[in-house]
Amino acid sequence: MIPVAAPASQLPQAGPLPNSLQLTPDGRLQHLLTVEGLSRDLLNEILDTAESFANMNEKAVKKVPLLRGKTIVNLFFEASTRTRTTFELAAKRLSADVLNINVSTSSAVKGETLLDTLRNLEAMNVDMFVVRHQQSGAAHFMARHVEPGISVLNAGDGRHAHPTQALLDMFTIRRFKGDFTRLKIAIVGDILHSRVARSQIHALNILQTGEVRVVAPHSLLPAHVEDLGVHVYHNLEQGLHDVDVVIMLRLQRERMEHAHLPSEHEYFQLFGLTRRRLHLAKPGCLVMHPGPANRGVEIDSAVADGAQSVILQQVTFGIAVRMAVMSMVMGVRGS
Amino acid sequence: MPEIASLLDSMAEQARSHFEQRGIEQPIVVGIHSGGVWIADALRQRLGYTRPMGKLDISFYRDDFSRIGMHPQVRPSELPEELDNEHILLVDDVLYTGRTIRAALNELFDYGRPASVTLAVLVERDGRELPVAAAIVGTHLELGAAEQVKLRGPDPLRLERVQLEDGA
Repeated sequence: MIPVAAPASQLPQAGPLPNSLQLTPDGRLQHLLTVEGLSRDLLNEILDTAESFANMNEKAVKKVPLLRGKTIVNLFFEASTRTRTTFELAAKRLSADVLNINVSTSSAVKGETLLDTLRNLEAMNVDMFVVRHQQSGAAHFMARHVEPGISVLNAGDGRHAHPTQALLDMFTIRRFKGDFTRLKIAIVGDILHSRVARSQIHALNILQTGEVRVVAPHSLLPAHVEDLGVHVYHNLEQGLHDVDVVIMLRLQRERMEHAHLPSEHEYFQLFGLTRRRLHLAKPGCLVMHPGPANRGVEIDSAVADGAQSVILQQVTFGIAVRMAVMSMVMGVRGS
Repeated sequence: MPEIASLLDSMAEQARSHFEQRGIEQPIVVGIHSGGVWIADALRQRLGYTRPMGKLDISFYRDDFSRIGMHPQVRPSELPEELDNEHILLVDDVLYTGRTIRAALNELFDYGRPASVTLAVLVERDGRELPVAAAIVGTHLELGAAEQVKLRGPDPLRLERVQLEDGA
């Protein structure tokens, strides 16, 4: 366990976070900690801005000078490949300087607290923290304690939230399917442990999605999940019927020991996405996965690599969405 | 305010002779969002140009980003053709400080290395802060420091004189 400045009981709990922390008094984004509570207009503004960055790949020079002279710290207390590298690439394409700090190589393992780490990095005049931490509320904690003018982006905190992942998923859905109000979207798998699912559900609700379903065995659903405004299915065939988008979640294998499930094989039999099952969804239904995918556990390779899969496009769009968020929070500080 | 159609006619005439003198058959027309795109479109029609038009949104290249932040309605830039070794006709509505044009040039050069860039503007006014000049000009307007001119459009296009509030 990584020591943090406050004991776990004093850390902010997962749940509604006050927008007073992530928004300026005039409603602009200064930190991104959670999707929860953001307005539909603001979400659309992020997606529209990302749309402009997504077109940048046509340029010979895939860079804009927007964040020239800014220093961004990727502070990762938990393993990540996709998220950290796409945040890094996003920062570099905005011309910022990037510092990657992984906990295994930092002094946090020697007992330095999160607050000490924060103060030391602030002393190096950095402008933004991208933070991933195994404890829910860690990004919130940092945002409360950073100097004014420094932004904090949540790159995943415990089981709580992973807002940029949810935003890039919304971007992907909007690109391929357009208007959310006409869509039926199913999120399938380990909802219980998934900060991604939680952020996705909030984002889909804010964008007024026609119908949001969660599909999972009882043991992988949080209590009172219906309160989030989703339809609950325990049968994949029924849950897939007539959907426009299916989002598969990674079965968090490390949790399997805790007897949530009998075996991976049995899980695949019941909840694995196969071609045969995908036929139950609408023709042209998008297949999404935040990665890393466990092939043969939650998704069959033929589907993950199939024509309806947009899993790799999600990765590409993730760069544009992170560029949008980074430039929006940095654009606020001078005003 | 002057009538736009006659300004556009004059600009088209200037452009025709400008490119003829240089032996350039058809440059790529690139408009700067939003007013510049409207003017670029009108010019292309008058000149009978058939190559697809480019559009630039210079929000990501502005030099006042750290002061005023991200424009909430940034649109994607679209450049349908390779710019390398091409002649470019860059079009904007109003030329004032020259900072927009600097940003547009920086963005253009991130797409490639054009053979030349010619600047055309509907209106130019005094107040340059950078060494920028237009080769093709619809009209020159004398405006007070507290005045601005804005192009409204796209249909119909019209120029509007705007009085800035004190201290703006």
